[in-house]
Amino acid sequence: MKSTRMGGALAALTVAAGLAGPAAAQDDTFKIGVITFLSGQAAESFGVPAWNGGKLLVEMLNEGGKMPAPYDTKGFGGLNIEVVVVDEAGGATKQVQEFRNLVQREEVDAVVGYVSSGDCLAIPPVADELKAFTILYDCGTPRVFEDGSFEYVFRTAAHATMDNVSLARYLKSRNFDVPSFAGLNQDYAWGQDSWADFTGSMAQLFPDAEVKTALFPKFGAGQYGTEISALLRERAAVVHSSNWGGDLQGFLIQATARGLHERSQLALAAGDHVIPQLQDKMPDGVILGARGVNGLAAKARGGELQELTDTLWDAYEAEYGVFPVQAPFRMWQALLGLKTAVEKAMADNGGTKPTDEQLAAAMKGLEWDAPSGHIEMALADGHQAIQPNAIGTTKWNAEEGRMELVDVEYFDARCVNPPEGMKAQEWLAQGFPGAKCD
Amino acid sequence: MDLVATILVDGLIYAGWLFIVSVGLTLVFGVLNILNIAHGSLYAIGAYASASLVGLYFAAGGDAVPWGSYAALILAAVLVALVLGPLLERGLLRFFYGRDEVLNVLVTYAVFLILEDVMKLIWGVNPYFVYEPYTLLGDVEIGPLFYVGYDFAVIGAAIVVGLAVWLTLNRTKIGKIVLAVIHDSEMSETMGVNVPRIYLGAFMAGAFLAALGGALTAPMISVTPGLGVNVIIVAFAVVIIGGLGSVPGAAIGAVMVGISRAASVHLVPEAELFIIYFVMAIVLLFRPEGLFAKTQARKI
Repeated sequence: MKSTRMGGALAALTVAAGLAGPAAAQDDTFKIGVITFLSGQAAESFGVPAWNGGKLLVEMLNEGGKMPAPYDTKGFGGLNIEVVVVDEAGGATKQVQEFRNLVQREEVDAVVGYVSSGDCLAIPPVADELKAFTILYDCGTPRVFEDGSFEYVFRTAAHATMDNVSLARYLKSRNFDVPSFAGLNQDYAWGQDSWADFTGSMAQLFPDAEVKTALFPKFGAGQYGTEISALLRERAAVVHSSNWGGDLQGFLIQATARGLHERSQLALAAGDHVIPQLQDKMPDGVILGARGVNGLAAKARGGELQELTDTLWDAYEAEYGVFPVQAPFRMWQALLGLKTAVEKAMADNGGTKPTDEQLAAAMKGLEWDAPSGHIEMALADGHQAIQPNAIGTTKWNAEEGRMELVDVEYFDARCVNPPEGMKAQEWLAQGFPGAKCD
Repeated sequence: MDLVATILVDGLIYAGWLFIVSVGLTLVFGVLNILNIAHGSLYAIGAYASASLVGLYFAAGGDAVPWGSYAALILAAVLVALVLGPLLERGLLRFFYGRDEVLNVLVTYAVFLILEDVMKLIWGVNPYFVYEPYTLLGDVEIGPLFYVGYDFAVIGAAIVVGLAVWLTLNRTKIGKIVLAVIHDSEMSETMGVNVPRIYLGAFMAGAFLAALGGALTAPMISVTPGLGVNVIIVAFAVVIIGGLGSVPGAAIGAVMVGISRAASVHLVPEAELFIIYFVMAIVLLFRPEGLFAKTQARKI
């Protein structure tokens, strides 16, 4: 047993960071600044696996011919891809400085980064000030484009409202009896917003359901004994949690030991990423999402994107000895979107490396395929992506010694994302107007 | 089980854990007069070391005798104390005895930051798990709720630790020497007491208790970077309520925080964080030096 250490990721990242020199990008290279968590609590869950996936994809693209069409061409439109990797740890003030360094000293051609919603809110005004093409690849807060408008900034993943709308829709479509529900979420913006989105969705789909206790232990709490007692006493039909990383792992270890999963249906908005660590310690029958058709849900989907998914899945598993969860999928969809935008811009400008303005024009309203599905920059005047989502239920395959996702439901992007021009909370409050779920 | 009983049980379980992580902090302050911020790092290193050691134990065939994993947990804490105790106390802290208390806080804060990075260098950023000891003791059914037997074992460990520290200080020769050093180290030295050795022993005992807290916590959590930050904050609250340097104070402080927090989670969950510091503020309002610390005249 059971002491698990996954990969020498940090060392690999250090090597990866060395791929690029300090000089400005040449005309035959496209230089990307990648910012993600290499240290801190989000590193293990999101930052390190995301860049592991990103590094792998960059290497495959630079070799050329390793990916299925339309991504089988070398690099970005023939340009060799260089990467400078920066640790996102340290807070928004530090990240603004790092962003300026990347743009003004490293002279990167594009920035792809940011897991933290705080960083995603701090960077866009600076990106527009510097006229630097920037992709927000991971963060969840809807506020980036609901409260602002930016010319050079794009988010290639759907915002977090989709996760909890999908959970509620899954409970409805699978005919769960939900007379009541409770929640345990981290006490910061992510947890509070997720609970608000879930209760807003449930109010529309299960209007008679009673909202029981809503618990918000502090981030990194570790000990959940008292909270689990409260949830056990409440006997809510469903217990919702958007916890992630060590907080989710600790909660699941303690909750399953006390049988919470047998008394209430656990519904985890972003829970797929702890499966590689927990393995069979994740109980059967837990409903979970992966913030998109990511990880196990993508592998189980089939269809025309299967070759693309399998190519990256197999390469990732071979390289790192573990299957990819949600984080690398979001990095892949960002980099493949960037490749599509660069090549579209080059097709329009006669084949030279595009400027930031040309890139922004190409990215606006763009559509492309990724392992996580068909991505459309459909919101915020073409700056905010929508994407399909999937929710499934855990089932341990004892014969093969791996976790499976069964009873997976795939939701169209327009079923679980608000339409253009409408804020997420308004959309929930008005009963999902414009949703297309057929 | 009615709500009051649930709150009491939950509160005592949390208090048991809190006491173990707090008593070392108050012991080190009592003897060395140093508020050791690095206590949180020692807790985290205890958790990592126990995860590694228990992992090695099972990898070496420990499945046949799983109970041995509890010995591995304790051994990990002993190793942390033996390695880091002398290194920090002899190698660094002794040069700051008698200096401004604020300077000592800054020095131990620097140690805390260094050890955070040392942990990443040794164990990386990925999580470690040691579930087995958590489930070995089975479940305990109290009314309609199930508790994990391990939680009650932690309460038992807290009682043993508390009694051992108290009896050592108050009923043994070495304890009386330690108390003499606390009372007046200069006078003790003139009476032939090897004060540096007492300081080293007290710091190692504090390091052991911090590491033991981490080691006992490791089986119920995912051991990840940043583990020590939250612990040191709540441990400070406990020892300030009880009075810095007081072992009974740490026990009472832990019980007060544990039960008030449990009551808040069950009754007013929005106030879970607030209630800990509210209790601390109320205590300090009436007893600025904490519940059990004696008011001391300041030497001028």
